[in-house]
Amino acid sequence: MNISSLNLTAIAPQIIIIITALVVLLAELFTGRKSLLAYLSLLGIIVAAIASWYIWNGTEQRLFAVPMFQTMAVADGYSLFLNLVFLVTAALSVLASINYLVRERINHGEYYALLLLATGGMMLMGSATDLMTVFLALEILSISLYVLAGFNRADLKSGESALKYFLLGAFASGFLLYGIALIYGATGTTNLAAIVDFLKGTGPMRGTYLFIGLGLLLVGFSFKIALVPFHMWTPDVYEGAPTSVTAFMSVGAKAAGFAALGRLLLYAFPTLLGDWVWALAVLSVLTMTLGNLTALAQTNVKRMLAYSSIAHAGYILIGLIAANEAGMAGVLFYLLAYAFMNVGAFAVVIAVGREGEPNLELSDYAGLGSRQPLLAAAMAVFMFSLAGVPPLAGFFGKLYIFSAAVQAGFVALAIIGVLNSVVSAFFYLRVIVYMYMQKPIVEARPVLAPPLALAIALAVLGTIGLGLLPTPFLTLAQQSIAMLFGA
Amino acid sequence: MNQLGFPLLSLIIFLPLCGAVVTLFLRKEAVIKWWALIVTVANFFLSLPLYFYFQSGTAEMQFVERIPWMLSLGVSYHLGIDGISLFLVLLTTFLIPVAVLSSWTYITEKVKEYMILMLLMETSMVGVFAALDLILFYVFWEATLIPMYFLIGIWGGERRIYAAVKFFLYTLAGSALMLVAIFVLYFMNAQATGRPTFDLLELQKFSVPLAAQTWLFLAFALGFAIKVPLFPFHTWLPDAHVEAPTAGSVILAGVLLKMGAYGFIRFCLPLFPAAFAYFVPLMSILAIIGIIYGSLVAFSQSDVKSLVAYSSVAHLGFVVLGIFALNAQGLSGGILQMVNHGLSTGALFLLVGMLYERRHTRLIDEFGGLWKQLPLFGIFLLIVTLSSIGLPGLNGFIGEFTILVGTFQANWIYAALAATGIVLGAWYMLTMLRRVMHGPLDKPANRQLQDLSAREIVVLVPVVIFIFLIGLFPNLFFGKMESSVDTLLSQTRATISMGEPNP
Repeated sequence: MNISSLNLTAIAPQIIIIITALVVLLAELFTGRKSLLAYLSLLGIIVAAIASWYIWNGTEQRLFAVPMFQTMAVADGYSLFLNLVFLVTAALSVLASINYLVRERINHGEYYALLLLATGGMMLMGSATDLMTVFLALEILSISLYVLAGFNRADLKSGESALKYFLLGAFASGFLLYGIALIYGATGTTNLAAIVDFLKGTGPMRGTYLFIGLGLLLVGFSFKIALVPFHMWTPDVYEGAPTSVTAFMSVGAKAAGFAALGRLLLYAFPTLLGDWVWALAVLSVLTMTLGNLTALAQTNVKRMLAYSSIAHAGYILIGLIAANEAGMAGVLFYLLAYAFMNVGAFAVVIAVGREGEPNLELSDYAGLGSRQPLLAAAMAVFMFSLAGVPPLAGFFGKLYIFSAAVQAGFVALAIIGVLNSVVSAFFYLRVIVYMYMQKPIVEARPVLAPPLALAIALAVLGTIGLGLLPTPFLTLAQQSIAMLFGA
Repeated sequence: MNQLGFPLLSLIIFLPLCGAVVTLFLRKEAVIKWWALIVTVANFFLSLPLYFYFQSGTAEMQFVERIPWMLSLGVSYHLGIDGISLFLVLLTTFLIPVAVLSSWTYITEKVKEYMILMLLMETSMVGVFAALDLILFYVFWEATLIPMYFLIGIWGGERRIYAAVKFFLYTLAGSALMLVAIFVLYFMNAQATGRPTFDLLELQKFSVPLAAQTWLFLAFALGFAIKVPLFPFHTWLPDAHVEAPTAGSVILAGVLLKMGAYGFIRFCLPLFPAAFAYFVPLMSILAIIGIIYGSLVAFSQSDVKSLVAYSSVAHLGFVVLGIFALNAQGLSGGILQMVNHGLSTGALFLLVGMLYERRHTRLIDEFGGLWKQLPLFGIFLLIVTLSSIGLPGLNGFIGEFTILVGTFQANWIYAALAATGIVLGAWYMLTMLRRVMHGPLDKPANRQLQDLSAREIVVLVPVVIFIFLIGLFPNLFFGKMESSVDTLLSQTRATISMGEPNP
């Protein structure tokens, strides 16, 4: 094996991110200004995005796959589109973190390094074409996130969050590994392409091991993307973790989970998907319904957003269940929309808090509309978009996913999905009610730090932009999934 | 066809939006008010060519614009109006400046936000009536919710939050199933014809299998019935109306409710004709219950505004009854009655708002003998009340009479039952007029009231002009809708008779 067969160009975005992480770690020794590290991270993220764009454009047609490391991973449209999602999430989170870390007195350089490592793990999950790579990427991602969740050492809740996340995450990894082992036992390989070939060879016959193996794999992923009833850890972890970390992992980790799951189910095991489709449908219904109903009862905005993010996993899962091109393109579009609106919402949560006062309760949002009109308007945009009201990004995400479900014959799922969006509108609206229709309790006007303001502005731009001009992004998403179905 | 060769509809839709963006940068309240007024009045004059260049001899869509929007899905930005939507667009562009002017002194807080929302409201409402693509329609339809939600929730009365949230959730719940039904229709058509499209005119050519029609009709009808609102889906309306600021009520009654009735005509009738015919008895009976129940409840109200709100339930019952008569008189009467109701109920809400601004109460018992104190106000209230109860020579008569003629041809029992609504309507409206305006002026607080200001007269006079215009020259209006209505009905009849005898 020589170095050129490793095909480093194709994996360049991931390498750039990991190297940036290491550089950040080193640079921390030589600089007292931690915000420099943040800008260094942003630079790395932008370069990685440019590299992804370069790879995308570097091929004649969009139906491409550049295998690397002997088919352990691949750079194809699917992984490159997901890179966009992860890099957007990471960039917005970094911008939102800069002043938050100072405020919470947790301004250590490792933060950015860990965040970048997690991003690298996510990107690798999107491009993994071998079960071992999936597992490896998942561990890179998860371990970085365990540390990040507990990053606020002085805060007991943060510690609790990290421990819970770690224990249940390790448990989930166990399921995943066991599933991979069974699949290996049944097929003799962990490589996805080889599994496809094997399944073609066996025809309609399917081994019990394979069936159970895939089931265990699904359980593992269900933990990671927080599907009900495997969601128990989510609210506590999301609430306890520093808000900037919650913003990052509620989108990034979920998107990474869906990325790997999508490739596994639609590319490697399309024939087995039928065996599990009803289980997935039940999971999706439970996830949407329970997530939304529980969110209704929350008075803490951060916790409410945690439950809402559970519900959104349920919507996205519908796209996977539909298992058609429209559904998968819908999933990708939804993930991008979700990155903007959810990170944006958490960024507003950061902006409403002040030193020593996290201001997480709904009542802290009372009168925000007159105290800080722009901030409140941004939050209103995110809430309406999360509720799926047109013409915002969230609406079109749901539109594509539900229409794909109808196309695949899952009309009942689509109906349950839209009814759930109605339920969800209630608690998203409640935030708006507090912001615009209640008298303010405090009259103070916390000043918005420029990077945080930029993060929120970009998120608003994305949420409205994806809503008004969805076509180019949808086209991009459609082109990028061609690999999954074309192969 | 587009006789102007110029995207006039887009201009009417997006001029208010541009106006709203400019408003963001204005600072002085007076400037903001004048700016909003100028934009909305300009938009009204901009919409007048729609009437004058409208060709009455054809049922084709006019002023059409069509640009692909999401090409791969078959979604296009497709606008156009025919005789059915023409007057609803004009009603919208007419009522918005009236509503803006009526808020001049009523709105004192957050004037900028208020005017921005008014302008956004206009954009989304005109969009609803002009959209000919199901997704585009749905986007505009849902987009009307956001500004109205804020208008009620921020500038409303005591229980404004409850009313705003109830309004939002009811309407959202109603339209959620419609979205799924749109998808089902889309894929059925795509499978049958091989051309995936959300275009209404294309989908009309596709005859939906009978079994599916029922379900699709119900999914669409639920959304529309809640919006109208049809009994028993009306409970959000009194709350929303009573709590909304005056201009909000005017828009709500004047335009938003019409979106539901319009939806029945524009979507349910041509897309699911057999199911439409099948549900005629059910919908007619619900409409009649709405007429009688709305009237009786209106009579027992002690608050003038909720009286007007319940009278809307009754009036919209007439509109729905006319639509489901499935003949030319019923349908065109229904369309005209939508405009009439927008004018007369809009004016009633304006007058109630003016009274409330002076006296800060709307309880009927607090008034009495106002005629001596407020003669001008009295004249306007008299005209509008008479228009609302259908006095010949005024607009309400034309609408209700035509609807009843149509209903009578379809089923005389329905017509007889509905006619009691007219009697009841006269009863509660005249009782209200008597208790508010006549009798002794015995409440001391009422002796200080000032009569209408010049601005308020400017608000009311245009509405009253149209009340007389429709009442005296109805053919100016019926003439434009005739071919659209006839073509729609003959197409529908042809489709129904092609289907099975017992759908």
